[in-house]
Amino acid sequence: MTALEFTALIAFGSLLAGFLGALTGLGGGVVIVPMLTLLFGVDIRYAIGAALVSVIATSSGAAAAYVRDGYSNIRVGMFLEIATTIGALSGAALALYLRASIIAIIFGVVLLYSAYASYRQKEHTVKDEDPDRIATWLQMDSSFPTANGLETYHVRRVPLCFVIMYIAGVLSGLLGIGSGAVKVLAMDQAMKLPFKVSTTTSNFMIGVTAAASAGIYLSRGYIDPGLAMPVMLGVLAGSLLGARVLASAKVKTLRIVFSAVIGILAIEMIYNGFAGKF
Amino acid sequence: MNEQGSPPDAAQSTALANLQKDKRIDLLMGILLRTGVLLSAAIVLLGGLLFVTRHPGPVANYRVFRGEPPEFRTLRGILGEARAWHGRGLIQLGLLLLIATPVARVVFSVGAFLYERDWKYVAVSLLVLALLFYSLFGGHG
Repeated sequence: MTALEFTALIAFGSLLAGFLGALTGLGGGVVIVPMLTLLFGVDIRYAIGAALVSVIATSSGAAAAYVRDGYSNIRVGMFLEIATTIGALSGAALALYLRASIIAIIFGVVLLYSAYASYRQKEHTVKDEDPDRIATWLQMDSSFPTANGLETYHVRRVPLCFVIMYIAGVLSGLLGIGSGAVKVLAMDQAMKLPFKVSTTTSNFMIGVTAAASAGIYLSRGYIDPGLAMPVMLGVLAGSLLGARVLASAKVKTLRIVFSAVIGILAIEMIYNGFAGKF
Repeated sequence: MNEQGSPPDAAQSTALANLQKDKRIDLLMGILLRTGVLLSAAIVLLGGLLFVTRHPGPVANYRVFRGEPPEFRTLRGILGEARAWHGRGLIQLGLLLLIATPVARVVFSVGAFLYERDWKYVAVSLLVLALLFYSLFGGHG
């Protein structure tokens, strides 16, 4: 295969991944690593480096639109970024010591969870509770636009969310993904933020988390220009396209299909990891 | 806003005040992020075009991990390669800019919270910034 053919194939696959990732809310990053390793036989370390870069691109590209809509909670995001960046540094350090096959197995398990989380993802109304002491001190309570005007909400259980965010950061640094599913879990389930606030704040945080580990991956030589170039451009173009189509598309069926595809990829990653094929 | 019509509690009024102030900052932040991403994508695309047109040969072997040479993983090396208009050097320069975009957002937040005199969050964003600088310049090889 010539460099041009290879680049075109990877770019096309990444475009599709970014497009489906934006439509389903799973993010393009999660399928990049399985695609590169299982389909193209790329070493998992190069694959993780390239995926990490594409995660920064889509997060920052989409965050521009989200912050404008007034959903994301910047104070919650900034405070929790302390946990995710420390986690990302730990994850990137851990990646040095773990064998590629172990990383592949962990990747598969996280992928399975992401597919499951996306499948059962639904908006739910949050019952507003009393203010929480820590959250009040940190001025985290805010409001978000709804059909009936602005609605205020209180933030709960900051310490628990902080711990889950650390884990999200570790996974991001270790696997080169945005860990959006874990971040949403932390804010939606632990902090009891409204769903839309959780997803947009998660997206807002992903770029900073990924940048923390990308710096380490770059200086360690895991980011190859010839591979990262088509992945980053493809995923970015695909996700911008997906975000544009999102408003009019019926995504329910698509989300189930994409979750199933991710589930299969996850099982293949785990199987290959145990078989020592990485 | 308040369904029961009861007087808003203290937390709620801070929430509304925060929202007003944050609105303008959000807009600027969005512009910053978008500019960073588009600029880096343009540089990566330019480098990519130079790279594929000048390398008609077979694709590099990615099956075996060897790690990148210093000219693609150190700031000095990347700048040198990019200045020489080498395709892969330009790609890495674009990727560096991409990594710098969220960092710039945090720098921007420090400034915005300073402007709001929100000292707690000045401290929070400075801490995040310090962690990012440690990752970028901590000399992990």
